Amino acid sequence: MARGIEVAAPPEIASGGVPPRKPRQRSSRRKRIELTVLLVPPLALFIGFVIVPMVFAVWYSLYNWNGYGPLTDFIGLQNYRGVLTGQVFHQALVHNVIIAVLSVVIQLPISIGLALLLNRRMRGRGALRLAVFTPYVLSQATSAVMWLMLLSHGGPVDALLKSAGLGALVHFWLASTSLVLYSLFFVVSWQFIGFGIVLLLAGLQGIPPELREAAAIDGATAWQATRRVVLPLLGPTIRIWIFLAVIGSLQLFDIVWIMTLGGPADSSQTMLTYLYFNGVERTQFGYGATISVVLFVISFVFALVYQRYALRRDTAGALTRAVQ
Amino acid sequence: MRINPKVAAISVAATMSLAIAACSSSGGSSSTNNAGSGSTSSSGSTAKITLTWQNNGTSQPLLGIWQAVVTGFHAAHPNITIANNPMQNELFKTKIPIELKSDNPPDIYQQWGGGAEATQIQSGKLTNLTQYVSSWIGMVGKAAAGWQVNGQQYGVPYDQHVVGFWYRKDLFAKAGITTTPTTIPQLISDDAQLKAHGIAPMGLGGQSQWPDAFWWEYFAVRECPESVVNQAMTSQNLSAPCFSKATTDLTSFMATNPFEAGFNGVAAQSSPTSSAGLLANGKVAMELQGDWEPGEVLGDTTNKNIDSLLGWFPFPAIPGGQGPASAVLGGGDGWSCTTGAAEPACAEFLQYIDSTAVQQQLVTKASIGIPANPAAESAITSPAVKAAAQAHDNAAYVAGYFDQALPTNPGLALDAALANFFAGKGNNSTIINSVSSSSGH
Repeated sequence: MARGIEVAAPPEIASGGVPPRKPRQRSSRRKRIELTVLLVPPLALFIGFVIVPMVFAVWYSLYNWNGYGPLTDFIGLQNYRGVLTGQVFHQALVHNVIIAVLSVVIQLPISIGLALLLNRRMRGRGALRLAVFTPYVLSQATSAVMWLMLLSHGGPVDALLKSAGLGALVHFWLASTSLVLYSLFFVVSWQFIGFGIVLLLAGLQGIPPELREAAAIDGATAWQATRRVVLPLLGPTIRIWIFLAVIGSLQLFDIVWIMTLGGPADSSQTMLTYLYFNGVERTQFGYGATISVVLFVISFVFALVYQRYALRRDTAGALTRAVQ
Repeated sequence: MRINPKVAAISVAATMSLAIAACSSSGGSSSTNNAGSGSTSSSGSTAKITLTWQNNGTSQPLLGIWQAVVTGFHAAHPNITIANNPMQNELFKTKIPIELKSDNPPDIYQQWGGGAEATQIQSGKLTNLTQYVSSWIGMVGKAAAGWQVNGQQYGVPYDQHVVGFWYRKDLFAKAGITTTPTTIPQLISDDAQLKAHGIAPMGLGGQSQWPDAFWWEYFAVRECPESVVNQAMTSQNLSAPCFSKATTDLTSFMATNPFEAGFNGVAAQSSPTSSAGLLANGKVAMELQGDWEPGEVLGDTTNKNIDSLLGWFPFPAIPGGQGPASAVLGGGDGWSCTTGAAEPACAEFLQYIDSTAVQQQLVTKASIGIPANPAAESAITSPAVKAAAQAHDNAAYVAGYFDQALPTNPGLALDAALANFFAGKGNNSTIINSVSSSSGH
């Protein structure tokens, strides 16, 4: 915008007929106005809807409060001791970490493989892309109710396995304390894999085909071109996907709450189901606020560390080291 | 986006006139609550009252019934307007505490009584209705007690619920069971007989957790005298030995494997694969559930004659138990008014809902099960629901669901401990201690 004004300046201004600083003054004033107009509303929203609630959460977390009446029962860090030493919270945290690790180890390779496949020219590519993306469009509540019915004992999934002669694989998908978390991971993957694929497809679109062609001319096999050219260039997208997947795993709630309520026997409890049950359902708002603060700190620390060590090159505009 | 200045001017004018109208209406109010405010009518002689009413009738038939109730009430009370504002049932748990903290809570809202009501009273926003309802609350009978806190009426019920066994008469007949069990040993024997005929005896929606609690609570109601149960709810202490005896009874009963395979992953309601759906589709022979079960199973099967296949019997007696064998576990739905509302008008509306004519409509058209006003019970046509209603009326006492009778926090801590127990985690002490140490997580 400012550059446009300078270019449009008439010749006599540049030659000194009018004081030369005036356009710049106007431009800097205009810049200030622009900054004010553009920055103040989002900043106000951010402060009002992010910073202030966070401060409130920290404040509430120091009280024993059931949501009714004023905050009077100040208990210091007692809620934090309760959360951090609580066995169920530890279980919930481990479950979140398991889901996050499984997402990266299992979902990511599948997403990359399918994205590479769907990036090729082939018949029915549009339909296939639609098919993998459709679950992501559904609301999590819809998916959860659907899979709750499908995975019920003796339900459609069991019937399908039996009809395929795989009756030995039939299990108590949601009733077994040792299996339920993995059943939920399957549903979460089913729901979100489409998002990963679309993200990676967008990343693939940004890779110039000439690079592949050049690699082919240099004698690289298709696998070598993928491994040495495509995947390194896809690095920024993959790193963003990992970031989103881990944060999403830490905040897993809807599907778990609807399908299992964190049970049986807390075997699928996540930090957020634990928060919702103790904070909202049991109306222990002080305790709930404490869990939310702990969850925030965990997510924030992960985000900072990840930004510092994994995303810095991407956000600085660099490609990956392999192609630099 | 370009905005036409004329349109903008008209919008601002319209908004301002609405705001002025809103201000003027509250200006004439006898109360401090905008939503529940009265306003002087155009004639200037009669005060008009508007009350907002938050209920869980979001779908038919209840939605239509409540609208008809509003219309009927308006005809009889032209100066009172009820603004019907239905809200999803599950939202009440989260929204009510927030609304009661605000300056503008609904004037009338759905209230389930017991300890949760006592917790809500701490907000200082609930109307003590005692003086307004004393002349007519007698028509509700003993049900009103569940909505009292310290002898004061902070809520009024409109229906009653009782938990008992819903069973498939056809499957019982197939197994050669001719009479329903009256003792736990008979129930266990009937279970074995059903199994011998290849029929799964009982459905349990363990995924939903609250149906688990019914079982332990009924064992406790049969093992403990009424005074001990009431004292335990008031003192939030389950240390009386009879509660531990209930756990022992439940453990022995569960050892007979009465429930469907994988019950911990089965939801209680709303699908053919839920425990209600299993009963509806003849996959299990019975289920311990509330009197809402017939309406529930109807939605889970294509068998339109399901109602005629269902029978009801009360929770059997325990030989040697100190609790009365006729006592039932139950609860109900009702209303509370908030302090901003025009209190006499609010009480008038609650009286109208509990009148025999309206209660009969609720029974016949909304299938509410057992009306709060016993005079309307004659409208019940289903023999099974009638049996449940009679058991409720003849009960030595009605023990409120423990999670509702206790304040919210210990009540749900008990539910969680019982759900864990059913899933194989915990023991008697985790159940007993869940209530008294509910601040420990």
